[in-house]
Amino acid sequence: MCTQGLDQPRTLAAEDVSARAEHFEARVAAEDKIEPPDWMPDAYRALLIRQIAQHAHSEIVGMLPEGNWLSRAPSLRRKGILLAKVQDEAGHGLYLYSAAETLGVTRDELVDQLLAGTAKYSSIFNYPTLTWADVGAVGWLVDGAAIMNQVPLCRCSYGPYARAMVRICREESFHQRQGFELLTVLAQGTPAQHAMAQDALDRWWWPAVMMFGPPDSESTHNDRSLRWKVKRFTNDELRQKFVDLTVPQAQFLALTVPDPDLAYDGEHWRFGKPDWSEFKRVVKGDGPCNRERLVARRTAHEDGAWVREAAVAHAAKRVLV
Amino acid sequence: MTGERAAWPLWEVFVRSRAGLAHQHVGSLHAVDARMALDNARDVYTRRGEGASLWVVPASAVVASDPADKDSFFGLDEEFRHASYYVVPDGVHGI
Ligand SMILES: [Fe+2]
Ligand SMILES: [Fe+2]
Repeated sequence: MCTQGLDQPRTLAAEDVSARAEHFEARVAAEDKIEPPDWMPDAYRALLIRQIAQHAHSEIVGMLPEGNWLSRAPSLRRKGILLAKVQDEAGHGLYLYSAAETLGVTRDELVDQLLAGTAKYSSIFNYPTLTWADVGAVGWLVDGAAIMNQVPLCRCSYGPYARAMVRICREESFHQRQGFELLTVLAQGTPAQHAMAQDALDRWWWPAVMMFGPPDSESTHNDRSLRWKVKRFTNDELRQKFVDLTVPQAQFLALTVPDPDLAYDGEHWRFGKPDWSEFKRVVKGDGPCNRERLVARRTAHEDGAWVREAAVAHAAKRVLV
Repeated sequence: MTGERAAWPLWEVFVRSRAGLAHQHVGSLHAVDARMALDNARDVYTRRGEGASLWVVPASAVVASDPADKDSFFGLDEEFRHASYYVVPDGVHGI
């Protein structure tokens, strides 16, 4: 991540822009990394700000469903693990806000957009964590899908985003493994515990499959994002990889993936069509927890206002003495 | 909502992973003062024992070269500064 002093976007005469754009495209095509002070097309900057901000917001809102179980974890060990995981997600949000700031937005602007409800975050976090097994399902499936999405982002053409993703990916596999371990214990436990694990898979499977975004035929940003090497794979490619990896893991747990169309064709696990109308509904704000999540973020922000004010006052006073 | 944090300066964070190695830049964060910057840097960048020592430096104190001057600033064409420039004759060892 770069200093703000280094990231002043330059303004150029119109005739220079097309030469710069050509140079930019050539650099990206040659797998060169773009850094904050480099010239970049406005659309590239806007695409990155939107994507990195959404990603940062997802990390922050993503703390809420699991935070719900912190005080009710069944053992001290599980509580320590879950606390560490949730703390990691806060860290991921901070790395990503830092990366977004190198593009010329301020963190306050981004936070305000989240709190005002005008920014998006991953719609998966608008589903509730009803049982302890959900904590396992979130780690296994939601962090698992996130890893699938994020590993290729480590090679993103924008340097600060790629470097933030390297840090994040190093931490994510702990998230997925602790979830899988937790579910293994339940799935191999009493019939009631097994049923609880199955119920969690039943509710989280399809939302996890939809985490990769709309099908390629309907995705508006795929082309440009791939050409500029922000994304490396399309939504559908990543979704298929996720299903191929995850189905055998469910089999190990002796849990049933809730998809009657699921079938192995010798190479891939073919799966049924997700309910995209549900996806659209949740993205638009009508999921089970959209309102609750925003209220929780706003309350946390407002409750913390006095701490931020006191910190600024304290720093000012120390400068004076 | 806005405003109260506008004054929080940016700090660059450097971590020495263990004694004997140099501090390396790992990222940046906002904090009101050096103490808060150190505390937050510990939480954000060294949750898994990554560090034996931390530096935080106000980003405004960093003086950077201009990337537009890269070629004239660094562009020395003096290959003879590198050992690989010199041919060591066959049969000569230990040079
Ligand atoms: Fe994360
Ligand atoms: Fe995670």
